[in-house]
Amino acid sequence: MLNPLTSNTERMTTARDSSLRRRKRKKMQRQSESAEMIETDKKLCKNDYQITQWKSEAQQRVYSSKLLQALRQIRFRNAQNSGAGTIRETADRVLAVTAKGRTRWSRAILTNKLKLKFMKLNRKQRGLIATSRMKKPKMKLNMNMNMKKKNLPEVQRKTRVLGGLVPGCQKQRLPVVLEEATSYIPALEMQVKAMAALVELLSGGSSSGTGDLSQLNFSRPPPWL
Amino acid sequence: MSSRRSRSRQSAPTMISDDQINDLVSKLHQLLPEMRNRCSDKVSAARVLQETCSYIRSLHREVEDLSERLSELLDNTDSTQASIIRSLLMQ
Repeated sequence: MLNPLTSNTERMTTARDSSLRRRKRKKMQRQSESAEMIETDKKLCKNDYQITQWKSEAQQRVYSSKLLQALRQIRFRNAQNSGAGTIRETADRVLAVTAKGRTRWSRAILTNKLKLKFMKLNRKQRGLIATSRMKKPKMKLNMNMNMKKKNLPEVQRKTRVLGGLVPGCQKQRLPVVLEEATSYIPALEMQVKAMAALVELLSGGSSSGTGDLSQLNFSRPPPWL
Repeated sequence: MSSRRSRSRQSAPTMISDDQINDLVSKLHQLLPEMRNRCSDKVSAARVLQETCSYIRSLHREVEDLSERLSELLDNTDSTQASIIRSLLMQ
């Protein structure tokens, strides 16, 4: 399985080459480490698998190809409207799709769009439903804080902040937030790498002329499509 | 700590032990970039949560910055080059 990957890396742009080699070495180290962890703990093995998944090059290629397709669609639909915000949203959505909905944050990202649409239609009804739903978790948190006043508020505060950062984890308990963050961070890292490579690709192509683009060898369809 | 909580508060399917929480915290700790170099044994949950928050914020900022650059690039490319890129991408 590694062979087609190595032959592909040679044909990619030079901007990606050195970073890919570095990532490959890191990935093999992490894979050996995480293989041991999978044997010992069954409940957390799902998380480990996801982490190594995110760090694999194949996953990054899947993400970048889907991102390119999505960006292309945006360009064709509204040629003038694509600001940084819409690109960010697209990138997040593609990230969530790449996650295949296995994690809470990916499902939250994907359903967020639907929620916004519905909120525009029935704002009043949505507001009522949301407030009635919020009451339950609030009561839970209050009782927890009364039990142990020393450690809980600090960790609770930080859990809330972290829950606000990771999509879909607002007002969740600590283990849930930890698990989501553990899968969200490698996904974000991969997103940053893929977008940086894409930016370099586009900026490198525009500055050095059109000749370089032909070296990219996009004519051959990628093997995973 | 959580045993008291679990007996009185949490329902049966959602009981989480201290060990599992410590496991998760140490895993998250390994993911963070600053912690990797030092490889410290003691992991305080509050510290890990703090570092995680700041790390996720910085990653978000990077993504926003990259998406701004991407939008500029996609808008500024010449019409000829845009068509070339488009034709390459469509294959």
